[in-house]
Amino acid sequence: MQYQSQAVAKPYFIAAIGLFVGQILFGLVMGLQYVWGDFLFPEIPFNVARMVHTNLLIVWLLFGFMGAAYFLVPEESERELHSPRLALLLFWVFLIAGALTVLGYLLVPYAGLAKLTGNELLPTMGREFLEQPTITKLGIVIVALGFLYNIGMTILGGRKTVVNLVMLTGLTGLALLFLFAFYNPDNLVKDKFYWWWVVHLWVEGVWELILGSILAFVLIKVTGVDREVIEKWLYVIIAMTLITGIIGTGHHYYWIGTPEYWQWWGSIFSAMEPIPFFMMTVFAFNMVNQRRREHPNQAAVLWALGTAVMAFLGAGVWGFLHTLAPVNYYTHGTQITAAHGHMAFYGAYVMIVLTIISYAMPILRGEEASSMRSQVLEMWSFWFMTVSMVFITLFLTAAGILQVFLQRYSDTPLPFMQVQEKVELFYWLRELAGVVFLIGLVMYVLSFFVKGGERYVAATDTA
Amino acid sequence: MSNVFTKSMARNIYYGGSLFFILLFLALTFDTSGKTPDRDNHAAISAQVAHGKRVWEENNCIGCHTLLGEGAYFAPELGNVYTRFGNSTDAIIGFIKGRPAGGIPGRRSMPQFNLSDEDLAAVAAFLKYTSEINTANWPPNVQG
Repeated sequence: MQYQSQAVAKPYFIAAIGLFVGQILFGLVMGLQYVWGDFLFPEIPFNVARMVHTNLLIVWLLFGFMGAAYFLVPEESERELHSPRLALLLFWVFLIAGALTVLGYLLVPYAGLAKLTGNELLPTMGREFLEQPTITKLGIVIVALGFLYNIGMTILGGRKTVVNLVMLTGLTGLALLFLFAFYNPDNLVKDKFYWWWVVHLWVEGVWELILGSILAFVLIKVTGVDREVIEKWLYVIIAMTLITGIIGTGHHYYWIGTPEYWQWWGSIFSAMEPIPFFMMTVFAFNMVNQRRREHPNQAAVLWALGTAVMAFLGAGVWGFLHTLAPVNYYTHGTQITAAHGHMAFYGAYVMIVLTIISYAMPILRGEEASSMRSQVLEMWSFWFMTVSMVFITLFLTAAGILQVFLQRYSDTPLPFMQVQEKVELFYWLRELAGVVFLIGLVMYVLSFFVKGGERYVAATDTA
Repeated sequence: MSNVFTKSMARNIYYGGSLFFILLFLALTFDTSGKTPDRDNHAAISAQVAHGKRVWEENNCIGCHTLLGEGAYFAPELGNVYTRFGNSTDAIIGFIKGRPAGGIPGRRSMPQFNLSDEDLAAVAAFLKYTSEINTANWPPNVQG
């Protein structure tokens, strides 16, 4: 560790992994409810399990992004963090607010939670992914502001690199766009239109800047390739991200009451959204091939290559599959969407957070890399989780294709619930793949506790 | 990438490209807000419909259903449920009211939300309003 204050990243990473485990457990509950309809009913109905599953995902990724920023910004800026105490304070605020919100979901009926938290004063609840009580949303804004202040002051007072400036741009965009979560008009079309300014412009916009900068940072460290080369790639990748992704928002504006010209804008621009992801894959493999050093942390290199490939497949290829308006007319809001959502989030965002954790955690624990025994287990967990996610995606895609045909495309469309029964086999297979994912996740957690093996002692000043 | 393509060129593409497409997006947004009123059925947004949207939100209906294709994929699309139920708000009210509190053994079942008559009428009115938004003929058929 080059700067003492980087240590504040550690609790963020630990919390991220803990919440990740919770997210997967609720994912398995939901998967089971798909085939065993009254499992845990009415104690934990599907909507509650889903809210916990998706909200935990968002929160743990945010913990991961913040941990990544606290780790890499001091090193890039070549100075200590502006205020490590503020970082720790915000950690506890965010963790407690997150825990209380999830407990609220689980222990109080949602309508009761809305009443309890005064939703009628400023109604923002009950929209997908933005289910948090308004007071939690305000808490998120406060944490984000404090976090940005801390990171911003560190960067302003230190060395400015492309990596930390892109990171700061991404994080600032994340915070600003979240403000649209407070806009909830009675007009459903307007509500949906601006809801996407949070959801789409996050995951297909500013989050990709965060992804790109973390990937660039790790590649600089593990390959030793000249920073100039890597930063040039980073610029081109994020340029393509925003050039395609901003107007690409239009692929959500086909069927929600917005003008039909969005079918053209959305189809053309979102069809190009795979380009930056493809470039990211080429970039990662090129840098590793041109490496000027053999970094002992092979697991981190594997995660970095893995995230580039899986983001391209999940966000790029699986996104393209159903993004063109004439195709989306039939696939919109089916299991095809679910398939894409799973692989895209895993490939792009779960894996980039696991990449930076893999690189940073040994350093935070005073080693350059974990012992090879620990890394081998971590790499097994990589394959278990990644391969099972591929199968989850394939099974959901199969279910989705059948659903589209039976419910939307055939001459005698069947009702939703009848179709669900017909595709049950694929839901069982998806659940099975989910169990394998959980096994992989358990292996991942255990890899932090492997004792013995050859140690890679921390060089006081690596890279 | 070769030396012909320099880092400052890459940076300029990033800044110039982002700025251009942000402005284009804002222009399209401006145009959309001018044109959407022809399609969004806003004339039907009564106090009851607005209350119905609150009921919809505060019971997290989106956690199982899709509405105009967005939401969860566990339960049927409701953007066109009004037409699917024979253009009847009473049928919607009857369905929500009739859900067994303990569920149905082995099957998916909507929870019993114990909504008041006022809330039931409002959420049904909201779903009627939604079904009359011009969605470019989506969904493809009445099954949603």
